[in-house]
Amino acid sequence: MTDDIGLWGVPLAILGGAIRVSTPFIFVSVGECLTERSGRINLGLEGTLVFGAMSGYAVAYHTGSPWLGTLAAAFAGLLFGLLHGFICKLPRVNDIAIGIALMIFGTGLAFFFGKPYVQPVAPDLPAIPLGFWSSLPQVQAALNMNVLFIAGIALAFAASWMLKNTRVGLTIRVVGDSADAARALGINVNRVRLWSTAAGGALAGIGGAYLSLYYPGSWNEGISSGQGLMAVALVIFARWSPVNCLYASLLFGGAGALGPALQSVGVTSGYYLFYAAPYVLTLGLLVATSSRTRAMPSAPGELSIIK
Amino acid sequence: MSMQAELAATAAGRAGFLSETAARRIEAVILPLAALLAGMIAFAIFLAFLGKSPLDFYLLVYKAGFGTAFSWTNTLARAAPLLLAALCVALPARLGLVIIGGEGAIVLGGVAAGAVAMLMPGLPGPAGIIAMALAAAAMGGLWIGGVGALRHLRGVNETIASLLLAYIAIALMNHLVEGLLRDPASLNKPSTAPLPETWRIGEIPGLGVHWGLAVGIIACIASWVLIERTTWGFAARIVGGNVRAAQIQGLPAGLLAIGFTALGGAFAGLAGMFEVAAVHGSANASLAAGYGYTGILIAFLARHNGLAIIPAAILFAGFEASSGLVQRRLALPDATVLVLEGMVFIAILLSDTLQDRFRFLAFLERRQK
Repeated sequence: MTDDIGLWGVPLAILGGAIRVSTPFIFVSVGECLTERSGRINLGLEGTLVFGAMSGYAVAYHTGSPWLGTLAAAFAGLLFGLLHGFICKLPRVNDIAIGIALMIFGTGLAFFFGKPYVQPVAPDLPAIPLGFWSSLPQVQAALNMNVLFIAGIALAFAASWMLKNTRVGLTIRVVGDSADAARALGINVNRVRLWSTAAGGALAGIGGAYLSLYYPGSWNEGISSGQGLMAVALVIFARWSPVNCLYASLLFGGAGALGPALQSVGVTSGYYLFYAAPYVLTLGLLVATSSRTRAMPSAPGELSIIK
Repeated sequence: MSMQAELAATAAGRAGFLSETAARRIEAVILPLAALLAGMIAFAIFLAFLGKSPLDFYLLVYKAGFGTAFSWTNTLARAAPLLLAALCVALPARLGLVIIGGEGAIVLGGVAAGAVAMLMPGLPGPAGIIAMALAAAAMGGLWIGGVGALRHLRGVNETIASLLLAYIAIALMNHLVEGLLRDPASLNKPSTAPLPETWRIGEIPGLGVHWGLAVGIIACIASWVLIERTTWGFAARIVGGNVRAAQIQGLPAGLLAIGFTALGGAFAGLAGMFEVAAVHGSANASLAAGYGYTGILIAFLARHNGLAIIPAAILFAGFEASSGLVQRRLALPDATVLVLEGMVFIAILLSDTLQDRFRFLAFLERRQK
């Protein structure tokens, strides 16, 4: 290290981490937000994320284009979302349990087909060096923003606007708040939920592609450490608002970068405990924001987890 | 609905050839079996698409899992932790709680056992084993019981909380095993100190499988008795049917939730203790072997019935025991069993939608008389 910036490296690394690590959280949580606003919960996004990472990596490797890989991951995620949405349409099927099954199924399929892709190197998604103005390499590294990160920010705002101001958004909200009211309006509840889940799955797939095609930027069986699941918990904390999901994702990205950041300045003891920081943070926020007696404000009325 | 409906059904259903109670019992057995078969057929089609012979696959699974005395030993040894892990899902499920973080209780139960061995290595063998079992059960019980308490006190979603706690448990294990509890002699694989020789749990005579299997089976039977034959279990089933109705009846829904989650967690903790005391000899990262996740599938296949968990756990133990041979002979990746488990899981949940068809048949028959 030529430019020793001492302990300033820690907040800088956390900022950089927030930018790098948060992208999958943004995509999965905004996607899950859409699904949950329609009144269904998809816990299987962890499996979708892992499968998206694998399929994105494989397609990028074969075609040489990381963008085609991202597209393939989105398509794979869409299929998983459709599967979840389709099964949940059937009477007496529990959406939480189906989510758990799809978590196992998606992860299993990804490991099954992903075996040959652990070794090869696929092209990375491009990043924009927004830290060019600084001479400090740490600042440059922290502000190296991936295109998907910027797309994720736009997506969060667009999704919030869509839910508030468009006919589609209104339809999703009505279905999520009261299936009976939606039926009275002649809305096909199951179809809205099917496509909301499919959209959520596609976004989770893109989040997975980011993992394997940018950061950490390779495919292996340990690629996701529960980001898909944490993103689902994060939606509850974000009170079902896509823009809040964005802020929460940044917070989580920062927490995830805490361990490596402290390590870079020489704090090595308790590495595993810092590694657990995002999980502890998620759980803490979940405990702090849940309530036994009151229904959560702004929660979709049809959501099974809050009933 | 369950109790009154069942009573009404026995009273009204005697007239028909197929009484409603009988129909319900038949349905409870046939539907999961049919779902299991459907899942296995779906997997066979999947294999055929990949150009692998499904017949070879299932023959190999049979051979490696159930074909010989040796394979039975291997299968039953794997069944031991699965039985206990499945109970960690099944017991809370009867109250309507979906707990999927049993892996965390297994891991920390194992660490607790390893820690006891390091703290009081002077204890004689039997006392040491009892101390390890108590520590592991208490640790697992606290871990999963905590999820039940969070649910009761704060309304925290138990599914997400339990899985987050599983990740935290694994991080905690790595932290302890590589730090405070590390045996300096364990170089390649950080572990706790090896258990004293007298603390090791041996095999059931004549079976070649460690005593964890017997404990697992007893725990399953005891859980079935608890749920189906005691007032506590009756209260739990009422809460599982309708929380608000149960509370109006004055049932302590919160205490039941904490008690049943803690009991399930204690069983999972014991599974970790047996892995340490009967298999590995010390606590290390091998504890996170995924038994907790397979246990979820087994509990759902068994419809959270303690007695049905026993065959379901043995079946999936056989699948997992055959994994190595299948990989070598058919050149399939190690995740093959995971794909099969995912397909069976989906099929089982899909079969829920067919529930009550049998009772409907019985109803029709009665109407025709």
